[in-house]
Amino acid sequence: MSEVPGLDTVTTANDTPDTPQPYAELGMAKDEYERVREILSRRPTAAELAIYSVMWSEHCSYKSSKVHLSQFGEKAPANDALLVGMGENAGVVDVGDGRAVTFKIESHNSPSFVEPHQGAATGVGGIVRDILTMGARPVAVMDALRFGPLDADDTKRVLPGVVSGISFYGNCLGLPNIGGEIGFGPGYLGNPLVNALCVGVMRHEDIKLAQAPGPGNKVVLFGSSTGPDGIGGASVLASANFDEESHTKRPSVQVGDPFMEKLLIECSLELYAKDMVVGIQDLGAAGISCATTELAAGGTGGMNVQLDKVPLRDHRLTPEEILMSESQERMMAIVEPAKMADFLAICDKWGVLADEIGEVTDVTPEEAERGGRLLMTWHGETIVDMPPRTASDEGPVYRRPYARPESQDALQADDAAKLPRPQGDPELREQLLRVLGAPGVGDPTWITQQYDSYVRGDTVVSTPHDSGMIRISDDSDRGVALATDGNGRFTRLDPYAGTQLAYAEAYRNVAVTGARPLAVTNCLNFGSPEDPGVMWQFAETTRGLADACQQLGTPVTGGNVSFYNQTGDVPINPTPVIGVLGVIDDVNRRLRSGFDSEGSRVFLLGETRPEFGGSTWADVVHEHLGGLPPQVDLAAEAALGEVLATAADRDLATAAHDLSDGGLGVALAESALRGGKGLRVELGGDAFTELFSESGARAIVAVEPGEEEAFVALAGEHGVPVTQIGTVGGDSLTVTHPGGVVEVDLADLRTSYEAAIPAAMNGL
Amino acid sequence: MTARVGVVTFPGSLDDKDAARAVSLAGAESVPLWHDDADLKGVDAVVLPGGFSYGDYLRCGAIARFAPLMSELVPAARSGALPVLGICNGFQILCESHLLPGALTRNSSLRFINRDQVLRMENTSTAWTNAYDEGQEILVVLKSGEGSYVADEATLDRLEAEGRVIARYVDGNPNGSRRDIAGITNEHGNVVGLMPHPEHAVEALTGPSTEGLGFFASILGHLASGTPAQV
Repeated sequence: MSEVPGLDTVTTANDTPDTPQPYAELGMAKDEYERVREILSRRPTAAELAIYSVMWSEHCSYKSSKVHLSQFGEKAPANDALLVGMGENAGVVDVGDGRAVTFKIESHNSPSFVEPHQGAATGVGGIVRDILTMGARPVAVMDALRFGPLDADDTKRVLPGVVSGISFYGNCLGLPNIGGEIGFGPGYLGNPLVNALCVGVMRHEDIKLAQAPGPGNKVVLFGSSTGPDGIGGASVLASANFDEESHTKRPSVQVGDPFMEKLLIECSLELYAKDMVVGIQDLGAAGISCATTELAAGGTGGMNVQLDKVPLRDHRLTPEEILMSESQERMMAIVEPAKMADFLAICDKWGVLADEIGEVTDVTPEEAERGGRLLMTWHGETIVDMPPRTASDEGPVYRRPYARPESQDALQADDAAKLPRPQGDPELREQLLRVLGAPGVGDPTWITQQYDSYVRGDTVVSTPHDSGMIRISDDSDRGVALATDGNGRFTRLDPYAGTQLAYAEAYRNVAVTGARPLAVTNCLNFGSPEDPGVMWQFAETTRGLADACQQLGTPVTGGNVSFYNQTGDVPINPTPVIGVLGVIDDVNRRLRSGFDSEGSRVFLLGETRPEFGGSTWADVVHEHLGGLPPQVDLAAEAALGEVLATAADRDLATAAHDLSDGGLGVALAESALRGGKGLRVELGGDAFTELFSESGARAIVAVEPGEEEAFVALAGEHGVPVTQIGTVGGDSLTVTHPGGVVEVDLADLRTSYEAAIPAAMNGL
Repeated sequence: MTARVGVVTFPGSLDDKDAARAVSLAGAESVPLWHDDADLKGVDAVVLPGGFSYGDYLRCGAIARFAPLMSELVPAARSGALPVLGICNGFQILCESHLLPGALTRNSSLRFINRDQVLRMENTSTAWTNAYDEGQEILVVLKSGEGSYVADEATLDRLEAEGRVIARYVDGNPNGSRRDIAGITNEHGNVVGLMPHPEHAVEALTGPSTEGLGFFASILGHLASGTPAQV
């Protein structure tokens, strides 16, 4: 028996093999529990069960997605820029001048539904720590958001909460929010998506890895103390469907303190700069369970931890709760004994709590063979004795059955081409304004105005332009551009093509600001993996992204999967959000999307086909989703990207804007509004097709008079179709076409563009 | 000799790097000052930058006021000897320290506001505004959640009468500040508090304009002239 009443020690576990254990309540399947018993050759202690349950959760182990995600590695294009690939906290790419960039996007969907403000805030906090853990200074954040219909009651709860959470946390950290995207759709009511991206900058030699080498080195927990918040968040919240009792899961949502995180960032960067750590891991999902098992597995394999030394906010916490707590703003470092005093002094300077809780140990060859040995004690009694690799790396792998749903044929046969089209100029004009003002297309300022975009003083391009761009340091002209895109409607119609279209759009958004795309991150938001139809969507998505990245030479450096985004049996439209990072040699040559130079010539790059399946027009005007999404042409995307980057580099263009949601009509309106100047445009073909088609690989570019010939020649060199369609000037958008003319004053465009979100949020 | 301008870092300061950049771009030497050291390092002037000092717990600026560095700064500033510019959170700290009257409260929209903002410069004789012309309109950045300047009517009347409103919001009041006040100065003209961020309008590449640079050019002019600022 244990000295501590009720404590489940390894001895107790050996003595009471038949004690019933709450594996099912912890989200574990029976066969998974049996496997734990097999690994340990006994029943797990309560503490061990806690560790396995969170580490083998869908959220932490990727057990349903792993077999598909492996394609990102198998099909990875050869790319010298990739310094750290998938598997670490975030991928790292070389951007030149001895500098590297690390970036990643991650979901915090379920917590943001349960408690929007804290859920979204801690989503930002978590991804920022991932970037910090790589050794980088976080320099910017972005976010991709999806909500239910703008006029739905719950959206009025979720949207302001999510936005205030991102604003509160990101602003207090002093990280500029440089972009992202927002969308609305019925499926996201009850399943909002909050995908947060962070990018960090470092020197090559500063890269840190999650590892615990060197027996005798100390294991130090620093940052916030551990409390009862977010217990089992990964296993209970993120890895299951919501039901009637979702409201009882509120304690599973973590609570954020951005001030502590800001101190943790500055403290960690000073620790790195003074070479105080040999290994580092942030505490995110699965908290101490994850940090200890992953650090040990990445090092000698051995670690002793005195769990009672973990500083607590609530002294009543049990060892299991401590292991599962997802209290925010915590990090774990591996420190050489000789450096402990200096380490603690730096933490003290920043007012950051730091406690030695254990040390790295040697393992025997037999122990190494089994997966190492992690020991944890609680007031002297052993409560964990397990091979850490079995929890961190050797979790279950499922080959979930998948099948193309029979309904897919009917969906694709329901062609958007048959929808009634606008008749005459007044109706064209009216539909253009409706599409322009639709939530998700219209002005997001009500949201983005709550985010600090200027702090740190290196923001070169930000919202509402096509990508966010950051100068990597004061003493360099080099910059990185980032864009995220996802279109659940396209992906629903064809998951393979839809994913490639999302990738292509992000690629184009980076290129249109003058940067060259280099690497990819992704956040894959889906319904339940136990639904074969959803699993088919997921399989198609991963195959589509891996193939696209291979073709255009941009490796996937990391990402995140979020399953179980569904209400009852109805999953969300599959929503892979793809983030593309690009590099620009000289940020002074960056392009923005406002056409503000009077007299500039307007060119359309790319080919317009009559493609309306999944389009914004079909959605907004007809509430229709059917047919096939636009055709994917990755070679055309690459050629377009090359023309745009070269035009920026040679100063041939003064501004450029990509064509996506809503098509040419929306792009022209946005460039006019952002530039504060009218546009006179002449179209040669069918006005409806030209204005509303969402064909890919297209952009509009403003070119100074005198440079037209050089620009056309450049497009020709790369085989990109190019048409001069108009001129910048006046105070209206005037589109002349073979059947007539559509004219809208800038003031009317602005009214339609800006109305939707402020009206819906009126009084909030 | 180059002017030396200190930039204070409190725990939670965010725009300290930006303030230091603005000081350098104006041609002065920026000197980092640490909240926990009661040492001004002999600087000629000080900038209290934006951010969330001490997490803005209790009230914005309420804890920063008690930092060891402030025990040196406050008497020197109060006497009129040491020029101090408080931006955003720095303005809040100056009010909490009673170097400036009034207080900054939650924006009337109850939301954080990040936007480009036009200001009209009204008192251009202070240590931090002498590079501007009276009535000049400048475009800078406003980004704050608690930027609404409030004071009692008598105080507001006195500030107006003494010409101590240095800048006002133009083209709409963004946050509910009384009498559109964006910034004020003390009776000596050496202490200036400003809610918007001039240090984010110093480079054409990253800011909405370069018109914020004047605040930093002003302190150089003031120090070179060798005369105390007059209201």
